[in-house]
Amino acid sequence: MAPETGTVEAAPPARGEGPPAGAPVAVRGGDTRPPQQLRNKDTWARALRRDWRLYTFLILPIIYLLIFRYTPMAGNVVAFRRFRPGGSMFGDEWVGLYYFQAFIQDPKFWEVFFNTVILGALTLIVVFPLPIALALMLNELRSRRFKKITQTITYLPHFMSMVIVAGFVFELTAINGTVNQIISGFGGDPISFMQEAAWFRQIYVSSEIWQTVGFGTILYLAALTTIDDQLYEAARIDGANRWQQTWHITLPGIRPTIVVLLILNIGTFMAVGFEKVLLLYNPLTYPTADVIATYLYRVGINSGSFSYAAAIGLFEALIGLTLVLSANVIAKRTVGASLW
Amino acid sequence: MVTADNTVPDIARVREVPRTVKDTASYTVFRVVNACVLVIICAVTLYPFINLAAKAFSSQGYIMAGQVNLWPRGFNLTTLEWLAQQERFWTGYGNTIIQTVGGTTIAMVLTTTMAYALAKKHLKGRGIVIAMVVVTMFFNGGLIPNYLLITNLGFKNTIWAIIVPNAISAFNLLVMKAFFENFPSELEEAAAIDGMTTYGIFFRIVLPLSKAVIATMILFYAVFFWNSWFPAMLYLSDAELQPVTLYLRNLLAGASGAGREAGMEEVQIGSNLKAVTMLLTVIPIIAVYPFVQKYFVTGVMLGSVKG
Repeated sequence: MAPETGTVEAAPPARGEGPPAGAPVAVRGGDTRPPQQLRNKDTWARALRRDWRLYTFLILPIIYLLIFRYTPMAGNVVAFRRFRPGGSMFGDEWVGLYYFQAFIQDPKFWEVFFNTVILGALTLIVVFPLPIALALMLNELRSRRFKKITQTITYLPHFMSMVIVAGFVFELTAINGTVNQIISGFGGDPISFMQEAAWFRQIYVSSEIWQTVGFGTILYLAALTTIDDQLYEAARIDGANRWQQTWHITLPGIRPTIVVLLILNIGTFMAVGFEKVLLLYNPLTYPTADVIATYLYRVGINSGSFSYAAAIGLFEALIGLTLVLSANVIAKRTVGASLW
Repeated sequence: MVTADNTVPDIARVREVPRTVKDTASYTVFRVVNACVLVIICAVTLYPFINLAAKAFSSQGYIMAGQVNLWPRGFNLTTLEWLAQQERFWTGYGNTIIQTVGGTTIAMVLTTTMAYALAKKHLKGRGIVIAMVVVTMFFNGGLIPNYLLITNLGFKNTIWAIIVPNAISAFNLLVMKAFFENFPSELEEAAAIDGMTTYGIFFRIVLPLSKAVIATMILFYAVFFWNSWFPAMLYLSDAELQPVTLYLRNLLAGASGAGREAGMEEVQIGSNLKAVTMLLTVIPIIAVYPFVQKYFVTGVMLGSVKG
């Protein structure tokens, strides 16, 4: 069947998920010495001869990762070096923390910093619990059909381009849009929502709810299916009502999922929906809408201060990393669940 | 994290309630309220789409007067006809299709081969490569270094700027790796004994039997590329290359030439035109969505299992 029988002969024992070449079953046994010897023998030369075809599968992806993922990471040194247009993407001369000092003394930076914190906190506090509530509500349904239809409908917004979501926001909040019609219906005066800084945060959070809550239920619903029905039966026999069952069985049952998703959400706290803000804001709403990411975009891409913007980006990434690590430690100590 | 084994739970499952247990009156009230709230949630979720369709077929006068909500008023197709004649719009549509097909193809080739190799637990150096992938889940270079890289590579104003930098998603890769790890090794071993090489096994045994996970991944990538607009705004200043999402974005921002082109005397730039453009952009997704929805759900859960 294959013309390359010669090379294959050496290979078969290593194929699939079987033990490595020549490995005795004792590898899984109690004896610690055979696997030790075996690992010593599994040199790179041997591995390459055995698996060279598999390694060819990795060549392009690794080159890809090095160029498009790791080069930009290294490219952050431009934050410590002066960038000259037409010069190296890593900058041309060391300037130390010059750009960091520059943005820390920039009052505009602190304005967008606090806008980011407020928008991130609002999203976390308001939006994060909603998928849990929706999942619990779906869990109480007894009609499979109704449940499926509700799921299908509420997942839909997740698949819309951010441009479409922004389009919906503009249409609904327009001066002649549905929201203003309702306000007029109650005798109020129409509000030009997108032009008023005071409304931006409410609009942002509402659109975030519309777009993400439905799809966010998936992992909770999956966790809910793993709760043992016997627990509910036992609780019923003990006389627990539905609220008590939800409080004492359902919620503890999905707690690990809640904690893990909370940690992940805290990690992306500072990276508030950049695309959405970029589409929705305008100079009139900058006082509440301008966040670190959009400020960085204007300063870096539009004005060409690459080093300055890269310094801000690096600072933001460090905050995100600190947040996710501390959230992880706290979660591990308090509820015993963590990312790793 | 979610399930102990790798079977995907059926999340549309409803819990069986023993018939002998009677609901209390208050619980019956709760169930009715619960169902009503869910119906309202569905209505609110769907409302923007319905409102969009209504506006797309209404006359601008009724929209300006704030009288279009659920149903078109002053039914007309003028804007639709006008937009259908706009070359720029169809160029954008074509570009969207090219970037979706091209981006998905490159992404699938890299993701599938890499996931297959990394799923082989005996592969030396596997741990290092997996760590390389996982790191990219938590760190990325950030906007500026990425922008400088793409510019330095000379990708500006080429399609490569859109389809190459997003080729491997760490999440999708880990999902595929988890799938291949559970691929029955007996099949591969049997093929190896028959004299097939790794390449033969991969292309003739593994891929044909992995259609479900491949379909899921194609959908994930295709939706990503279909919806993408920001990279195009960053890197494609040539309007001939821009996708339809960017055309729409420029229309929404009022920064586009679209509204000021010849022929706009008859159709005011306004809600009506925006609605028609949005409608034509979302229709392909809405049309396929009901059929592919379950693949997305499966994909997300597979990812969380191994995540």
